[in-house]
Amino acid sequence: MVRLARWFGWGYTAYTFLFILAPIAASLVFSFNADRFPALPLTGFSTDWYVATFSDPLIIEAFQRSLMVAVPVALLSTVLGFCAAYCDYRFVFRGKSLFSLLMLLPPTIPAVIMGLGMLSYLSRINLAGEIGAVLISHVVIALPFAMAMIRLRLAQMDDALEEASWNLHASPAQTLWHVVIPFCKQSLIAAFLITAAVSFDEFAVAWFVSGLNETVPVRVLVFLQGQVSPVINAIGTVVFSSSILLVALGMAVSGVGKAKQAGADGSPA
Amino acid sequence: MSSNTLRRRWPLLLPPLLWQLAFFLLPLLFLFVISFWSISNFRLQPDLTLKNWDFMLNRSAFWSAYGHTWAMALGAAIVTTCCSFPAACSLAFTVPERTRKLALMFLVVPFFTSYLVRVYSWQAFLSDNGIVNVLFGLLGLDPLPMLNTNFGSLVGYVTLSLPLVTLVQTMGLAQIDRSLIEAAHNLRAGPVRTLFSVIIPLGKPSLVVGALFAFILAFGDFVAPTYLGGGAPPTLSNLIIDTTKSGQQWPRAAVVAIVMILTLVATSLVAVRLAYGRRK
Repeated sequence: MVRLARWFGWGYTAYTFLFILAPIAASLVFSFNADRFPALPLTGFSTDWYVATFSDPLIIEAFQRSLMVAVPVALLSTVLGFCAAYCDYRFVFRGKSLFSLLMLLPPTIPAVIMGLGMLSYLSRINLAGEIGAVLISHVVIALPFAMAMIRLRLAQMDDALEEASWNLHASPAQTLWHVVIPFCKQSLIAAFLITAAVSFDEFAVAWFVSGLNETVPVRVLVFLQGQVSPVINAIGTVVFSSSILLVALGMAVSGVGKAKQAGADGSPA
Repeated sequence: MSSNTLRRRWPLLLPPLLWQLAFFLLPLLFLFVISFWSISNFRLQPDLTLKNWDFMLNRSAFWSAYGHTWAMALGAAIVTTCCSFPAACSLAFTVPERTRKLALMFLVVPFFTSYLVRVYSWQAFLSDNGIVNVLFGLLGLDPLPMLNTNFGSLVGYVTLSLPLVTLVQTMGLAQIDRSLIEAAHNLRAGPVRTLFSVIIPLGKPSLVVGALFAFILAFGDFVAPTYLGGGAPPTLSNLIIDTTKSGQQWPRAAVVAIVMILTLVATSLVAVRLAYGRRK
């Protein structure tokens, strides 16, 4: 009976993963399907939709724009996220929980509301409709992810590490640079990649504030509002495979770091 | 040391603080402010009027959208929680840690795919001659209309939040002390009794927090109700988009946004109390 329940559980879990992965797999399959309409049976292999994707100047521009936003967003939110995470880790001050709440809250606000707020606020200071407006909004949304990841890493740091550095007459800034940041290196890389992915994927706020400067997901949204377009599947597959590649790369980098770390930790003990 | 700490706190504290104050808190407060402004000649005009509030709150269309959004979000929270619970139990209790870590990694994969693309992909599954109905046909079943129904919206909501909810539940359940479950076994509690009097009460925080995430995500999402639910009746997010984009009535849209925020705050407070409150 218990064994039966166990097998049922595993079957059910497999089914859950099927549900989660099915739309991703289907979009991959249909992106190579010759037929314009995504339906069974498949009509034949074709790379037409990829050709169509990469010969559409609007899509190319959108890709350039998305990259132009995602890289500075990732950089800024990782730096700001590190500052916020370190303040939360190191200092005790009045209103600290309010501070952390303010830092972590943005992802829980519905994107449409953020979009409207950003649009009305930024148009007041003449920034709406610019690519900078997308950048600013995306840092707000991505910073909490960076902060959370770096804070988790800081929680693993031995307090004595910083104290030793201070005792050796390193200034707080030197300690930060030579001790804390190297310790957090993997999580900084991971935060950079994740925040870049968050920015590259965000469509709702970008749609509100970008005006005519469409990013890739905003372009996809416009396609979605129009008629059936297999180009969506092709774009989705390109974006998906490049993000997975980036993540794998990031994990490989941090994996190497981890092995070294383990060695360093192991020797004194 | 303490003056030292004090001095070096500001260069680290100020940048993120100022950024989130200037570009997160102020825009949200500004929404509240413009809900009292007026529009003249298609331009926003500083004002102190209640007519936007009056206009929105006295429309039956607003309240039916509110009811619909709330009901769908609640439905999404319940369905997602129930759908992911067996999987989370299975991952938390019956597989070795390595497998669990691998599974959790797979749950992060959807994070790197566009939600828009996944919703578009679901259209191919759910449409009248889509994949699901083709399979139904092979089994000799009649086709079911699924696209542009509430069921369609629900599929979208579950797609959006199932990975996150399963992740939260699995991590919560995995922390339950195994000896308590074994104790229940030793005291001859059956599997069902163990589930309801040990696992669910102990896992309650993660169950409630997961459900809250699902509720928040569904409450604010406009993609699933538009492209899988058919857009009718509109949700509050649809209402904001229509009022902003086609009507240029930002103050009225701001009223909807504030009502949404208040609803989410109230729901979160109730959920947190439910999750961490003392048990009777």
